[in-house]
Amino acid sequence: MKQFNDLKPINIMGTEYLTTFTKAYEKRTNWVKNNPKHICSYIPGTILEIKVKEGMVVKEGQEILILESMKMANKIKSPANGTIKVIHVTSGDRIPKGFLMFELV
Amino acid sequence: MALQNKIDELQKKREQAFQGGGEKAMEKQNAMGKLSARSRILSIVDLDSFQEYDLFVEHEARDFDMAKKVLAGDGVITGTGTVNGMPICIYAQDFTVAGGSLGSMHAKKIVKIMDHALKMRMPLIGINDSGGARIQEGVNSLAGYGEIFFRNTLASGVIPQISVILGPCAGGAVYSPALTDYVFVVDNISKMFITGPEVIKTVLGEEISMEDLGGARVHSEITGNAHFFAYTEVECFEQIKKLLSFIPHNNLEKHRTLEAKLPKPEFKIGEIIPEDPRLPYDVRDVIKSVVDDSDFFEIQERWAGNIVIGYGRINGRTVGFVANQPLVLAGVLDVDSSNKAARFIRYCDAFNIPIVTLVDLPGYLPGVDQEHAGVIRHGAKILYAYSEATVPKISVILRKAYGGGYIAMNSRHLRADFVFAWPSAEIAVMGPEGAANIIFRKEIMEAENPDEMRRIKVKEYTEKFANPYVAASKGYVDSVIAPSETRKVVAHAIEVSGNKFIGGPSKKHGVPPF
Repeated sequence: MKQFNDLKPINIMGTEYLTTFTKAYEKRTNWVKNNPKHICSYIPGTILEIKVKEGMVVKEGQEILILESMKMANKIKSPANGTIKVIHVTSGDRIPKGFLMFELV
Repeated sequence: MALQNKIDELQKKREQAFQGGGEKAMEKQNAMGKLSARSRILSIVDLDSFQEYDLFVEHEARDFDMAKKVLAGDGVITGTGTVNGMPICIYAQDFTVAGGSLGSMHAKKIVKIMDHALKMRMPLIGINDSGGARIQEGVNSLAGYGEIFFRNTLASGVIPQISVILGPCAGGAVYSPALTDYVFVVDNISKMFITGPEVIKTVLGEEISMEDLGGARVHSEITGNAHFFAYTEVECFEQIKKLLSFIPHNNLEKHRTLEAKLPKPEFKIGEIIPEDPRLPYDVRDVIKSVVDDSDFFEIQERWAGNIVIGYGRINGRTVGFVANQPLVLAGVLDVDSSNKAARFIRYCDAFNIPIVTLVDLPGYLPGVDQEHAGVIRHGAKILYAYSEATVPKISVILRKAYGGGYIAMNSRHLRADFVFAWPSAEIAVMGPEGAANIIFRKEIMEAENPDEMRRIKVKEYTEKFANPYVAASKGYVDSVIAPSETRKVVAHAIEVSGNKFIGGPSKKHGVPPF
């Protein structure tokens, strides 16, 4: 019988099997619950303009910043009433998708 | 003598056209490790079998000073030939001529050879090496692509369509290969993407090389867009010839039967599978111990390795294999493996290739990423493909067949024609550990020594259900067979399925969970 090296365990329905992993399986990331107070970029792009300052009280739907992507100036609006706790970007920043742009309290 | 002059003139014109984009461009092509378009065709077809058409076609671009330019054959070579003695249609884009760009006449040449392939029912091989649409020809170039895509779809399931990516294939051009049955790529030469690194950089600010974005490895290992990976063009051409030796050349072809050969003696079917169902083995060794000359031609070898698909022969006749691979992710079904298997099953069904399914899987891959990637819809494709297929369908359950995975892997309930099981088969809703924990939860919890009680109950469940005889007692398994009997039994099953014909309810077509 052939012997295989570097076998790893995987649990399927309560039973642990020895096997090898694919690259995709090894690279998978754990799911984390979305924090509604953390506003992340939904697309990569460049910050054109920031219209608020830290500590400012903002209303739901108020424009917070402009994210340029796909040759479009996308208005990023506040998803809720609140106060701007931290802004993590400055004008001119190039950011990837999923980048934390600002936090609300 | 006048005629001789005219023949000489023809020869001169031919030689001129054979130069393609000229010596310099050809040198550049070779420097990249690429053969010329003409050499590629001649390397695939049998010696002296190539007949070219439309060599003297001229391009139609009239704007931007294009009218003065001469483009040999308008950047594509088309013709017919034979491979392994069987007729095929072939075209090759010539990158040395205006970057292999696709203008309206270039497209018309391809369309003509495609129509011919479909009319005469012979395989079509397309060699892609092109910068994309010829911008000077505007919408006429786009129209050309559309005509090609339409014919790819029309020919799908009628003739095998092979795409060979030997250079760039970008933008809309990628959709012809994507619509065809087999995509061949070569390391460092093939590049496929919808939007290239330049556009991605300007629009999104992400920097990536062509190779990392859409090179041969990316499409063989990550996207699954390619079916065959080779290190050199020559190796790629051998793969194409081998594929064509296995598959029928159209959907009406009665199968070719070669001389039967026994599997090689080093593949001993009784010594591959470990007794402990939690230990892995390479299911390809099982296939090699069953097929003629142990010659198994694997498809998409580098992608979704938890399922194995490919061709082998049994008693000289081509069979498509679908097998769970315990060596990779314990052989689970997931999004990628479902897509891989389902498309192959539909291909086999369209071209009358019997399907042999080797079953050993613990179930589906658990995880948020799988659920959110739509494993419900993708997993359903396997059920759809097996249920829909009307070719002979044979299953051999080697070891585990649990839960939904048991149903999906060509079970009797999806109208498998023959279901065989080895004595090591375990057909149940889940593995003994999981099942005992649920059925005997109370007893285990209330026991003085829960671990001891769990062990006893797992053993009890294993003895009762972890075997093929419960399923056999209901007729869901037709025969329990010794591993050594597998080749003989499967060969017999294929032999007696020769006149299989089943009809379904009348419909235009089904709506598979694409």
